[in-house]
Amino acid sequence: MTRRGTEPDDAARVGPTTPETARDTVPKRENAGESPAVVVTTIRPQITDDHMSQSYERGLIEDFSRWREFEAGMWAWIFHKFTGWVLIGYLFTHIAVLSTAIPAAGASEATIAAGGDVYTQTIVSLEELLLVRILEVGLLAVAVFHMLNGARLLLVDLGIGLGAQDRSFYASLILTGAITVASVPTFIAGAF
Amino acid sequence: MARRYSSFREGGTAWLLQRITAVFLLVVLAFHFFLLHFVHHADEVSFLASSARMENLSYYSLMILFLVTATLHGVNGVYNALINQGVTGRKRTAIKWTLVAASVVLLVQGIRTANAWAGIGLY
Repeated sequence: MTRRGTEPDDAARVGPTTPETARDTVPKRENAGESPAVVVTTIRPQITDDHMSQSYERGLIEDFSRWREFEAGMWAWIFHKFTGWVLIGYLFTHIAVLSTAIPAAGASEATIAAGGDVYTQTIVSLEELLLVRILEVGLLAVAVFHMLNGARLLLVDLGIGLGAQDRSFYASLILTGAITVASVPTFIAGAF
Repeated sequence: MARRYSSFREGGTAWLLQRITAVFLLVVLAFHFFLLHFVHHADEVSFLASSARMENLSYYSLMILFLVTATLHGVNGVYNALINQGVTGRKRTAIKWTLVAASVVLLVQGIRTANAWAGIGLY
């Protein structure tokens, strides 16, 4: 793919899944408005599949050293991805732990009634650990943020509240904090 | 005009699937958290109590649908995030089939667990 790099908006028009963030990465043309003879040609990165953050021509947005330049929408996207990874990881762990119900189902009725089966014992022993309780609070925070920000994304995709994206992201963060703090007593109860 | 940050191509099938499953998950995940942490408490879990819930056909069906939807949403999210990062070719194919295999394992194991609770012989 060859392109001229003379237009600041070039990047935003290239590639089927190009987020508009690419605009951030293109140096501004300093001599805009002057004679075309003195237009400064911007230097753009080569497009190769070897450099994953360049292959979609959105610049080095995976370069976290640029974090000071990130705007609210970028943080929302990063947090949404991070919480998503945590949640899918947890789903596998959750099912693995709950699977102890499979051998437990073969226990005698008396054992099950007394709570001596492997499923009950596994969950009860895990819940006795303070670390597990703390991780559960963390999981709640991660899930609540992903849900609130996800609801925000659904609204944005429907064209609702486009002008308040920044504020709705901050509101998601504050609400996540409030719900998490309010849930701490319930999640920690009986751990000591 | 606000900028759009997403790992999905707007209007695509994967994008639509992610939105539909999201709406369902918003409601059911909130219900799941509320029921199992606030109505009941995680440290009071027992096989008997879990069985009692799962023997109710509506609850069993909802939980199976919850498992399928969460798996789809999670795996679709991971796959699209990786594609968006620029994974292509063989790597992309390998990731796709690894995720498909992982999903199958998760679904089978989840359904077996639900069946064990519900007293359905197939587990």
